[in-house]
Amino acid sequence: MPFALYVLVFLGLPLYMVIHGALTTDAGHFTFSNFKATFNSPAYRTAFKNSVILSIWTSLVGAVFGVWLAAAVVAGKPGGMLRRVVSSASGVFAYFAGVPLAFAWVATLGAEGVVTVLLKDIGINLYAGSFTISSLLGVGLAYVYFQVPLMVILITPALEGLRPEWQEAAQGLGATKLRYLRHVAIPVLAPSVIGATLILFGNAFSAYATALALVGSTLNIVPAQIDDAINGNVLVNADRLGLALGVEMIIVIVVVMVCYWLVQRRARRWLR
Amino acid sequence: MSFGSVGIVPGDDVVGGPEPQPVTKGRKERPRPWRIAIFVLAALYFVGPLASAFKFSLIQSNGSYGFGNYGQIINNSAIRSALITSLEISAITAVLVVVLMLPTVVWVRLRLPKLTLMMEGVTLLPIVIPPVVLAAGLEELQSHAPEWLVKLLFNHPVTALTPFYVILALPFTYRALDNGVRSIDLHTLVDASRNLGASWRQTIVHVILPNVETAVLGAMFLTIALCLGEVVIATLLLYHTFPVALIQESLSGTAGISVALSIITLAFTFGLLFALSFLAGRRHRPSSGRMI
Repeated sequence: MPFALYVLVFLGLPLYMVIHGALTTDAGHFTFSNFKATFNSPAYRTAFKNSVILSIWTSLVGAVFGVWLAAAVVAGKPGGMLRRVVSSASGVFAYFAGVPLAFAWVATLGAEGVVTVLLKDIGINLYAGSFTISSLLGVGLAYVYFQVPLMVILITPALEGLRPEWQEAAQGLGATKLRYLRHVAIPVLAPSVIGATLILFGNAFSAYATALALVGSTLNIVPAQIDDAINGNVLVNADRLGLALGVEMIIVIVVVMVCYWLVQRRARRWLR
Repeated sequence: MSFGSVGIVPGDDVVGGPEPQPVTKGRKERPRPWRIAIFVLAALYFVGPLASAFKFSLIQSNGSYGFGNYGQIINNSAIRSALITSLEISAITAVLVVVLMLPTVVWVRLRLPKLTLMMEGVTLLPIVIPPVVLAAGLEELQSHAPEWLVKLLFNHPVTALTPFYVILALPFTYRALDNGVRSIDLHTLVDASRNLGASWRQTIVHVILPNVETAVLGAMFLTIALCLGEVVIATLLLYHTFPVALIQESLSGTAGISVALSIITLAFTFGLLFALSFLAGRRHRPSSGRMI
């Protein structure tokens, strides 16, 4: 099948190059030393720590507000204008807007940004502390900008799967709204929400476009380190370290996807 | 790039949804405080930065407000050439994706339905693999490849990036096309067409394609949106595509033009997806109700 061949060549080959490169020396001998070197490097360890922290908090914030927003939209008229606008906008923000989004962010919270200036006018200096738009916090706030819409996209089908009959049945049996949420809605939705949050984590972990546009490769997160290792030519052998980092990234993502798959199996029980 | 369910694909349930469920009367008419609160928050958080960006784009190089930056877009040769490159990539990728995927989807549905799960898994791979890692692999490939391959592929951004953007687009396009093909009576159409003596190529082009027009358009729209936005691979491999040019221009002191262009890009992408939501809603499809 041409499709299989195509994927094998254009996806399999680059992947093979990453794994092969990470596991060999320059002379072509098999080695684990590239991995050892990345583990022993304080800079790379910090990069992983930063990436994980950034991914965790942006995915949690994204999940909370994403579920809330999606619930508010789903409660509206199906097929209405609000839904169309929100779902199209979510698609744009979540999937396709890395660079423009970063610019919008600079225009808002950058040193001369609209909000920064507004806050300064009422006496709050955003930049008085250590905050800058290129700090981990600044970049994370920009990440939330695509995390929330992604959560909306991921969780909307699950929210739509909540049958109104369930609520009616619960209320018919004398349950209050709160008890319905506590005993029916939340247990049914929990696997979907957890699964989607895992996806958000993976998304933030592998994302690079926004950070690249905001700060270039100077922010110490894993994708930036890979970028530096490959294009920076700072260290001898840096190429292979970059590839080893790449493999480590894939391993993290695979672990996340396996958890997602396990959670998802439970989620499917109710949503069909 | 991104991850997970590709819910914006037509027929994927986000738009339109399953059959309208009987909602208790009054529930949808009276806006509740918790709904209003999140809508206000969302409007502030999402529209605010866009408005800020728009305001920024109106500041002209002489300091006054106006549409000067928008006018200068046409005069900026660096951005213009990058935009042309990206548009070429988008167009070729969009066509290539359909040529590659439509027969595959039809074939799997028709002859190898057991492979459906595997197809879903394979088309998820580009989402699982971080773009920066794919770029690293390409870089490695580039430095080890024989000269003829470098000449053939890597010497021009269009030939270098297009094949890999096809891969990146797989998660979106596979689902879009699969939803489309699933909604038609594939077996009957193919049997009829084959019985009347059409070849496989004719069957796909003249019988199936017109029936899944919306799905094909959807797949192409999503691919174009992706190609106009992808920046990581292009940057790492040092190709001068449109989003890369946006970043470079913003660093070289003409940020106003970059921001103006980003706003146009966002509006354009939103337009594509918004149009798509109408296309998808035009026909009623059996809903799948799955999140991948």
